[in-house]
Amino acid sequence: MVDRQPVVARPWWLKLWSMQKSTTPINGHIEAEGLVKRYGDVTALDGLDLTVPEGTVLGLLGPNGSGKTTAVSILTTLIQSDGGHAVVAGADVAANPSEVRRRIGLSGQAAAVDENLTGFENLEMIGRLYHLGRKPAVERARELLERFSLTDAADRLAKGYSGGMRRRLDLAGALVAEPPVLFLDEPTTGLDPRSRNELWAVVDELVERGRTVLLTTQYMEEADTLADDIVVMDKGRRIAQGTADELKDLVGGERIEISVAFENEIPEARRILAGLAEDAPRVSNRTLTASVVGGAAKLPAALRAMDDARLTVTDVGLRRPTLDDVFLSLTGRTAEAAAVHLEVAAPGEAPVLEEVA
Amino acid sequence: MGRLTLALGDGVIVAQRNMRKITRQPELLVAVLIMPLVFVFLFSYVFGSAIEIEGGSYREFLIGGAFVMMLTFGSTFTGIGLADDIQKGIIDRFRSLPMSRGAVVFGRTASDVIYNVLSTIVMAGAGYLVGWRINNGFGSALLGFGLVLLFAYAFSWIMAYLGLKVRSVEAINNAGSLVIFPLTFVANTFVPTDGFPSALRTFAEWNPVSTVAHAARVQFGNIPETTPDPTAWPLENAALYSLGWVAAILAVFVPLSIRAFQQTATSN
Repeated sequence: MVDRQPVVARPWWLKLWSMQKSTTPINGHIEAEGLVKRYGDVTALDGLDLTVPEGTVLGLLGPNGSGKTTAVSILTTLIQSDGGHAVVAGADVAANPSEVRRRIGLSGQAAAVDENLTGFENLEMIGRLYHLGRKPAVERARELLERFSLTDAADRLAKGYSGGMRRRLDLAGALVAEPPVLFLDEPTTGLDPRSRNELWAVVDELVERGRTVLLTTQYMEEADTLADDIVVMDKGRRIAQGTADELKDLVGGERIEISVAFENEIPEARRILAGLAEDAPRVSNRTLTASVVGGAAKLPAALRAMDDARLTVTDVGLRRPTLDDVFLSLTGRTAEAAAVHLEVAAPGEAPVLEEVA
Repeated sequence: MGRLTLALGDGVIVAQRNMRKITRQPELLVAVLIMPLVFVFLFSYVFGSAIEIEGGSYREFLIGGAFVMMLTFGSTFTGIGLADDIQKGIIDRFRSLPMSRGAVVFGRTASDVIYNVLSTIVMAGAGYLVGWRINNGFGSALLGFGLVLLFAYAFSWIMAYLGLKVRSVEAINNAGSLVIFPLTFVANTFVPTDGFPSALRTFAEWNPVSTVAHAARVQFGNIPETTPDPTAWPLENAALYSLGWVAAILAVFVPLSIRAFQQTATSN
């Protein structure tokens, strides 16, 4: 059940001066229960539960404003929640934020590198602020620059770096202290495909070393490639959870898209497509879309049938579900979906995919 | 290592980072080194041609005020620097690190003292060229510089607080001018206040900018013997009154700024 007990906030001056020593052992676990965050009338997080077992990657998937960054900000102690509680790497984020900071690395959406410092200076500064000591901080900076293929650019100001280089430098910054838990907030948003692939390869390597990663993304493909488990968020709540395949199955797997030239061809096209598809074809602007199983065989079959019926096909395609599709199916079919949710989900608890499906 | 040692160490690292920037941002170099120069020459020759100081020279009178004005304006760098770091997400990076909570703001204000010292050296040199002299001994002059720098340091904490709250470089620039222009002009900075209308004159007499400038002029020996002693209490006790302001500003804005820093997470 969701714990909605508000965390008693201690006065800021007490937090400022009180010395906190953690006795909890370091582990790679993230556990959040009933996180709530409000900004005035806007509820950014509405009772979010998350569990990330040690050594796994959880993808938080959702559109802008769904609460992903707010969740990361609470878990990384940047902001305080208005309710619920969370333990990261063995330390409580509200009671012992300084201990949490020692055990995590954060690579943010804004790519927080200092433009007026060189790549080396950026990493060395972070190492010294983790209190590694001057010499180890220098060595660690060199090592990370090497590992992220930035050695050649090490002594250039970061303002001259490309988008991909900045992200790599930012990610390297999150790894300076070898933290067991890593938060990546939209690591590839705005990157070109090549830089994105490079960054994915780096994250893959980190995961192979047994690091726990919480990743936020707007891209289904990214969650698919990197995450073991995906949580879909909407309006500050978890609306589904499962592996990438489970989520795609929920949406209906692959879909065929066929466009015809004339309005009066739509009924016949719809009839043909309905015979091959798993669900009723949807029509928008002379384009018909329907979910199929085994699309590679169904697509030519559909084309042949349309050709036989003398339909003018202007465009055709087979595509995997996108975040939009997952979203449409989770939130778009509000009437029936909501009814199902009400039946299976306990009050105050986000419905989980297994229960919906 | 003790907590204080860590806090100091973190502050030094942040200050070093800010100092590195001065050579990499030409606009900063211009503001810190060229502006004071332009300012001293401009006022000496433009105002100096029209204003007479009885029994003394206007340029001697001007420089003490110019120090206070220039450094008070310089405090906007503190706010601008912090707002810029927030906008670029660097504060979030700092806040996710296990560093001392006050280090970013302390480091910022510390490096701004160094900017101010550089500005002061430039202004003193320019002042010397236009005829400003230290007439009261070097030790006494150092006390004068110390007071101006201390006042500027306290003022930079006000700007730090604004920068952390407003979070926009442009807004802090405007807000800074809105406060600092009246504060530095309705004072004895550029002209003696004898001719002010009475309300403005009272404001000017109680304005800490006036008292800091007056105290500094006394230390530099820039007040002609023929000038009658001030009769307003703050000016009679200029050094004490100025230090009182410094203490009061720091007591209020150091805790406020550190708290504002804790709350700055850029969230959506």
